[in-house]
Amino acid sequence: MIEHLIPVLIGTLAAATPLIFAGLGELVTEKSGVINLGVEGMMLIGAVAGFGAALHWGLFAGFVAGALAGALAALPFALLTLSLGANQAASGLALTIFGSGLSAFVGQYLVSESLPGLQPWPIPGLSAIPVLGPIFFNQTVVVYLSYAAAIFVTWVLAKTRWGLVLRAVGESPEAAHTIGYPVTSIRYAAVCFGGAMAGIAGAYLSTVYTPLWVQNMTAGRGWIAVALVVFATWKPLRLLLGAYLFGGMTILQLHAQGLGVDLPSQLLSAIPYVATIVVLVLISRDRALLQLNLPASLGKPFIPGG
Amino acid sequence: MSLLTPRTNPSKLMQWAAPPLAILATLLTATVLFYALNKPPLQAFYVFFIEPLETENGWSELALKASPLILIAQGLALGFRARIYNIGAEGQLLMGAICASGVAIYTDGMDGDWILPLMVLAGAIGGGLWGALPAWLKTRFNAEETLTTLMLTYVAVQLLAWLVSGPWRDPGGSNFPQSIMFSEPALFNALFEGLRINSSVIITLLAVPLLWLFVKRSFLAYQLAVGGQAPSAARYAGFSAQRTVWISLVVSGVTAGIAGAAEAAGPVGQLTLSLSPGYGFAAIIVAWVGRLHPIGIVFSGLLMALIYIGGEAAQVSMQLPSAVSWLFQGMLLFFLLGADAFVDYRLKRRKPFVIKEAQA
Repeated sequence: MIEHLIPVLIGTLAAATPLIFAGLGELVTEKSGVINLGVEGMMLIGAVAGFGAALHWGLFAGFVAGALAGALAALPFALLTLSLGANQAASGLALTIFGSGLSAFVGQYLVSESLPGLQPWPIPGLSAIPVLGPIFFNQTVVVYLSYAAAIFVTWVLAKTRWGLVLRAVGESPEAAHTIGYPVTSIRYAAVCFGGAMAGIAGAYLSTVYTPLWVQNMTAGRGWIAVALVVFATWKPLRLLLGAYLFGGMTILQLHAQGLGVDLPSQLLSAIPYVATIVVLVLISRDRALLQLNLPASLGKPFIPGG
Repeated sequence: MSLLTPRTNPSKLMQWAAPPLAILATLLTATVLFYALNKPPLQAFYVFFIEPLETENGWSELALKASPLILIAQGLALGFRARIYNIGAEGQLLMGAICASGVAIYTDGMDGDWILPLMVLAGAIGGGLWGALPAWLKTRFNAEETLTTLMLTYVAVQLLAWLVSGPWRDPGGSNFPQSIMFSEPALFNALFEGLRINSSVIITLLAVPLLWLFVKRSFLAYQLAVGGQAPSAARYAGFSAQRTVWISLVVSGVTAGIAGAAEAAGPVGQLTLSLSPGYGFAAIIVAWVGRLHPIGIVFSGLLMALIYIGGEAAQVSMQLPSAVSWLFQGMLLFFLLGADAFVDYRLKRRKPFVIKEAQA
């Protein structure tokens, strides 16, 4: 049984990786009090930029380009919501629509190209651990980086001065402003970090996971990442768990036929989306839990002196 | 850091000037883009905005595309005013199309005037239910409607994909994922000989004044708007927040569902995977650019339809990628949101220099 399960679990981790990057980015953004619904659009822009750059200059350049493109894509959103006090939900939505348009536009020149992808790099020693070794430590470098990113974000938020300031800005921008912290600049940084992480998630999809460019290839993963942040009640390590849960759903649907589940493939493809709804419901029904963890200023514009 | 300072009163002028300003900014950006792509901007604008309107056929296509956009946006605007963000109208449209197509497929070969109305009714119910589900999840479980409506859109897409490639696939359609072509009684009839425009646009023509009356005259619409702008005042007055959620989502689901039925029984004439070119998403922009106002939405719907048609024309005659339409739609919304900031804020002026007092 376990030998059947191992390939499923290996695939789960690979499928969860884009959700982890995008989700961690959105988590940091939301911790600063800003909700960006443009993750899907930033991922697409990151995917197309990453794919184009990787085609010319190699995989590493692809990821750098993805991160830069994602951060750049977040800028108009930041300008609208942080400097101009625009509605965050609408601005995020505009970013998603714009991102899918822009990426499809640029991507027209990239269809039918393909990349070699990336081979797993077993970590010496660790990958020899029975069962856990091949699952966690015989993966691509990007998957390892996703573990590191989750640990890093957890550490920064919980243990560092930066994390404290970021959380203070998200809880009470008025108070943070009064003490003298540049609330707007900090939020700009958080939003751009979210964009860069979404861009990396997109670049991973187009250069390692698939690896090719297809129009709207993120297929809702950006939105699932937003939902994961709620599911994780704004805690990075819980987000990691959530991402694995969803990665599992995605992979299970590929293996379902082999496991003897006799459902049409299209209905199986709907499972991750249905699961997202179920999970949202399970978390959201506990209003007290949400209230306790929700960054208090989330979604509310703050214009200093305004 | 901040460039803005609040106005004492929201600017009435900016409220109405924002959409034209946003359109202007989009056109300017488009000019730069066309230059960058080595396409003469004037020719591109001609292809986009003038050429489609030079023929009767162009106007017919315009009405055909504007009709679903306007209908859906009217429903969405109702919810947006109450700050209920249904962004899954695309899914509700598809569910409407699926339910209407179900009627058409199972009544194939029958005759009767009841088939088409039944299809529209089925579309309304399908879309309405797809809107009611997130309403239930929101009121009962507190689940964010932005995420649930969107997730349900992906579910609807998969459901559609399954139906047209499985149980409802046209057996004589050489394996294409599409249903049979609907027969005469299951189609809206053409309004004019030789043009594609059909009687389904009458639904939109009727819906606009009805919704305008509803928004302007009904106490219920007033309650919805108050719930959006001043939730605590609404609570104090005893307006039900739950009812606001239900009405917003179900009404916008119904309008999107009817639009879906009209697509299937109109220009498409069957159930296919490519039934909607993203009308449900574009309608969000239509609602916003139209200031969430029933009449404003008519104008923005026509504009957005023109961008769709112009995009198709530019693809054929200028080899511009079709995605250019989405790009313009997204930019338009960006610029509008930016311009909107100046309704409530104005640019901070530099502090005037104080000239040294010339006493001494």
